[in-house]
Amino acid sequence: MIHPIHTLRNGAPMRTKLVSSLALLAVGTAAIGALGRPAPNAGTISGHVTFTGTPPKMRPIDMAKEPSCAKQHPTPIMTESVVAGPANALGNVVVYISTGDQASAAPTQAVRYDQKGCEYVPHVAVLQVGQPLEIYNDDQTSHNIHPLAKVNPEWNKSQPPGAPPIKSSYTKPEFIAVKCNVHPWMHGNFAVLTTSHHALTGQDGTFTLEGLSPGKYTVTVWHERFGTQSQEVTVGGAKPATADFVMKATPY
Amino acid sequence: MSRILLGAWAAGFGLLLSGAGVAAQGQTATHVGKLTGNSAAGKQDYRRYCVGCHGPAGDGTGENALWIDPKPRDFTAAVFKCRSTPTGTLPTDEDLYHAVSRGFVTTNMPAWEPLTRQTRVDLVAYIKTFSPKWQTQKPGTPITVPPETPATAENILHGRELFQKMECWKCHGPAGHGDGPSASQLTDSKDNPIRPYNFATGSRFKCGETNQDLYRIFMTGLDGTPMPSFEDQLRPADAWDLVHFLRTLQPLPTREAAVWQAWLPAHAAQLKPLGPVEGQ
Repeated sequence: MIHPIHTLRNGAPMRTKLVSSLALLAVGTAAIGALGRPAPNAGTISGHVTFTGTPPKMRPIDMAKEPSCAKQHPTPIMTESVVAGPANALGNVVVYISTGDQASAAPTQAVRYDQKGCEYVPHVAVLQVGQPLEIYNDDQTSHNIHPLAKVNPEWNKSQPPGAPPIKSSYTKPEFIAVKCNVHPWMHGNFAVLTTSHHALTGQDGTFTLEGLSPGKYTVTVWHERFGTQSQEVTVGGAKPATADFVMKATPY
Repeated sequence: MSRILLGAWAAGFGLLLSGAGVAAQGQTATHVGKLTGNSAAGKQDYRRYCVGCHGPAGDGTGENALWIDPKPRDFTAAVFKCRSTPTGTLPTDEDLYHAVSRGFVTTNMPAWEPLTRQTRVDLVAYIKTFSPKWQTQKPGTPITVPPETPATAENILHGRELFQKMECWKCHGPAGHGDGPSASQLTDSKDNPIRPYNFATGSRFKCGETNQDLYRIFMTGLDGTPMPSFEDQLRPADAWDLVHFLRTLQPLPTREAAVWQAWLPAHAAQLKPLGPVEGQ
């Protein structure tokens, strides 16, 4: 079964995340070393997210009302609420440790969120409670960035072309839908988590959570259309820890 | 002892009592001027005047809500349009009091000025019981509105340039008639369709009618609606220039309209049209 496929435009953030998790791993190992205990083999949980059922059809976005953006996309880009890969792989799924994780200070490195060609890049920004968030307007048009938070404060700010980045952060965990009212096709998400152990699946649906000490964890996956699922996973057994998820797709 | 002193003593004692009660409930007290709101009294009045639209749970689903557009405010979300405070913050008690008193033009919310001031303050106190945010967050610090700049033709012209640059016309339309290219698809934070303000409607805005009110509207944004805050983007003098230009869009004999009409005939040919720029 073939689903509309398009590239995930989040190469840069993925790189950032890899660097930050490596840094975190190094810091964690150093801290444990300082306590005089042997550095444990940092455990990982890896897995694959797929879906069953019929997902909604992604549609080409008509940007005719915003010519400065329309001309950046010779081929119209598609909506991104469901990004599917071969063999029903599901992209843009946030995977995170929901219980069993140690509390950790928020990274000081900001998560970057771009408005580029009248779309949000990446489609899902994953950040920790308290972690700085920087929102850029790379376009030649004004955007209003309107994260529809319910638990956290709901704000709505204008950002004309060339304006400095809007800096923010969130104090409570929440999945927040983001929209631009001026360009109603623009739709994104902020995933604000308490854990530093998180991943975002690519189009192949795979993920790896790194730097976990042995123990029992609950791994939760979240998708903007297909909801959440959780599994109990034990790290530190004889076999590498894995967790595969099958989400139920609904067309509407 | 004079009657005034006695009154002051009684008020102080009352405040102490209500303060103690409030601390026990973990709530913040409601004050507007010298009046203190009583949420229990406010509940009685709410059940009489407000429940039909805003509903018994304060979530904006009263029995009239089905026929009302825009929908009644959902107090459980604690997101309010008309504030003196920055976007994303709770309004002050005064902000809510003024909203109840003034009503909302172009909506079904009437002005509740006929109720006594004490009743309106009590209602504000009760409205604040619908969301836990009132216990965990403090209202924002009201933005500073500096003294108004003169409404000269030069300032109005600069305001007009900002109307173009900030892309106000995208929603409000090149002539301010609420008919810009994005207008037809606007939705509020609950995904209900919502119209941008049409400046030809008259003298009143949703959040007041003075130049200061207009200044606050676009600097704080109307939370829960598509109208964003421009506080980070406009310096105070720029914001005042925009206020002066917006006043020329109204069908009113405003100061600004007089200055603009006197200036315009000799300069109309130099003005670039507002709205979409060719070739972009």
